[in-house]
Amino acid sequence: MLKIRNLEAGYDKLKVLKGMSLHVNPGEIVTIIGANGAGKSTLLNTIASLVKPSSGAIIFKEKNVTTERPDYMIKHGCALVPEGRQLYPTMTVKENLILGAYTLYSGHNRRIADERLDEIYEMFPVLSDRKNQLAGTLSGGEQQMAAIGRALMSGPDLLMMDEPSMGLAPIIVKNIFKTIESLRAGNKTILIVEQNAKAVLEIADRGYVMETGSLIIEGEASELLDNNDVKRAYLGRDYNEFTD
Amino acid sequence: MIYSREYETMAREDLEQLQVERLQITLNQVYRNVKFFKTLFDDKHIDISEVKSLEDLSRLPLTTKEDLKHSYPYEAFAVPLRDIVRIHSTSGTTGNPIVVGYTKNDLNIWSSLVGRVLSSVGIDNNHLVQIAFDYSQSTGGLGFHYGAEKLGASVIPASGEQILKQIKIMKDYRSSALISTPGYALHIASELEALGIDPHELNLSIGLFGAEPWSEKMRSEIESKLKIKAFDNYGLSEIIGPGVAYECECRCGMHVNEDHFIVEVINPDTLEVLPEGEEGELVFTTVTKQAFPLIRYRTGDISKIIPGSCDCSRTFRRIERVSGRIDDMLIIDGNNIFPSRIEELLFEIEGVEPHFQIILSREKGTTMIELKVEISPDFFSIDEIRRAEDFRKKITNHMSTRLGLRAKITLVEPKSIGRSSGGKVCRVVDLREDNI
Repeated sequence: MLKIRNLEAGYDKLKVLKGMSLHVNPGEIVTIIGANGAGKSTLLNTIASLVKPSSGAIIFKEKNVTTERPDYMIKHGCALVPEGRQLYPTMTVKENLILGAYTLYSGHNRRIADERLDEIYEMFPVLSDRKNQLAGTLSGGEQQMAAIGRALMSGPDLLMMDEPSMGLAPIIVKNIFKTIESLRAGNKTILIVEQNAKAVLEIADRGYVMETGSLIIEGEASELLDNNDVKRAYLGRDYNEFTD
Repeated sequence: MIYSREYETMAREDLEQLQVERLQITLNQVYRNVKFFKTLFDDKHIDISEVKSLEDLSRLPLTTKEDLKHSYPYEAFAVPLRDIVRIHSTSGTTGNPIVVGYTKNDLNIWSSLVGRVLSSVGIDNNHLVQIAFDYSQSTGGLGFHYGAEKLGASVIPASGEQILKQIKIMKDYRSSALISTPGYALHIASELEALGIDPHELNLSIGLFGAEPWSEKMRSEIESKLKIKAFDNYGLSEIIGPGVAYECECRCGMHVNEDHFIVEVINPDTLEVLPEGEEGELVFTTVTKQAFPLIRYRTGDISKIIPGSCDCSRTFRRIERVSGRIDDMLIIDGNNIFPSRIEELLFEIEGVEPHFQIILSREKGTTMIELKVEISPDFFSIDEIRRAEDFRKKITNHMSTRLGLRAKITLVEPKSIGRSSGGKVCRVVDLREDNI
């Protein structure tokens, strides 16, 4: 589905991604965990074409898309649920969802967009209940669902999620991750970057650990849960447990 | 059977992506965590972020056995000791051994890799696997043990048992697979013959052999004497132990577990990477090991990468059976012996001339070692039988305690050992192949 080779990207002179290689197979849930400032969001934004890479290659569905525009990525099945949801608070839930399908409306595929909207309402009944409510009035968990719904409106094969658990209560995080698992069951491939390593590793197939723009650990999710470096740095295990 | 179809048959292009990812991660790890590699790369002005493809690997420096010995015991570990759950080591016949640590995850991966080896020769959970490898510091015994358990096979850890006990176990417990050195399999075969046991009475059907070089001739001898199908496999403790490369049912070379080890073949003199099909020294880079990762480790083993694909549908490339060593190392019943080390030890004994010869032969399947040693003419006359006998015992003990080498010592007069036209003594005469 997605292959990345030696990707370098950043902002002006600041190099954030320092030559990363990773892949996501069809139907997988792959996670990238790492601390603040490791470059996780930059990675997703670069794949989504929002940040231009300075070198390296992004191969999506066997095609080199390194220099494509963001709308190309969406049209061809790669959607991003951005960090902090980024909903338009003064627009209604329905309007926010419809925005996710902007590539369909311009292509006179309104009927498909309407069908998708119904599917999203079915998947998230709470969004249907609140479709005419302003997005800014939703709770954090509901906003995250609306943001996922908006990304799904473009009918992606690869759904990228940037910190979906951020700022949410543990019970809500559980629901969101359950939703992600059901999306995979519905044939979506998922790439999630997260700081909540424990929650995400429980649903992921594989994971990478990122530190200051480089990948330093790779493996099956179960291996990472068991990896002492990961435990020490990301799973909040007491350091003394390892030094006794 | 293919144990891990997802990886063992993956498209070469996907495999290459995986290898590059894992190689880059391993380089990040060793640069951060292993002082030896950090110094090595810094001294040679190597920027690891410049390694962008498998071809770039050849720009990295090679690692040798000597380098690792300087890191004795734990300097080359990439994780703190508290993360290590197992420690093995090489035989250390030339000084300090190389100490190899494993994390919990390393052991999981290792047993899966051995699982691949065993599955590919037809061993499954219905088999009774008799392991006659040493279970001590070397990796053979425990490596195969956990791999076989992972498959659900019934494992009989039979190392250390006398040959008659081995045969009793084989017969009474109805072992269906034997894992040992090929030499030991021949030893069992000849004992069976001596005991008048027809191999057809046994339940044995598969033999998996390694840890010492062997030939097709030896394979057919083992197969006809034990009435089994015999397979080869390759591994070395520094890299992981058994589980590096293995034969499939096609028996046309050994597939390298390339998702975990990147194999290269180099010219041992120029150190250049050789193309597929050309014989040279095997070099391995580990790309998933946590505790003891190695970059471009020179094995000293001579082989080649076999071009083309295999009929078994595995996509991992194959190496040919090891044909020899680039150094003078001898592998005797799975133990590594360096003639240069024997020479050093002989020098320590007064009265010994620096000329000796090792004669290896096979008797009833067992390797016999004879060490012919020239004695100084002015030290004493060989005619003085008693003194000569004491002296012979002294050398025997010295070899046994210092090197673990059980050899028959023969004292000979100066210049009685055959020399080449250049006057050089022929150090090793290996008659094992002729004695099969």
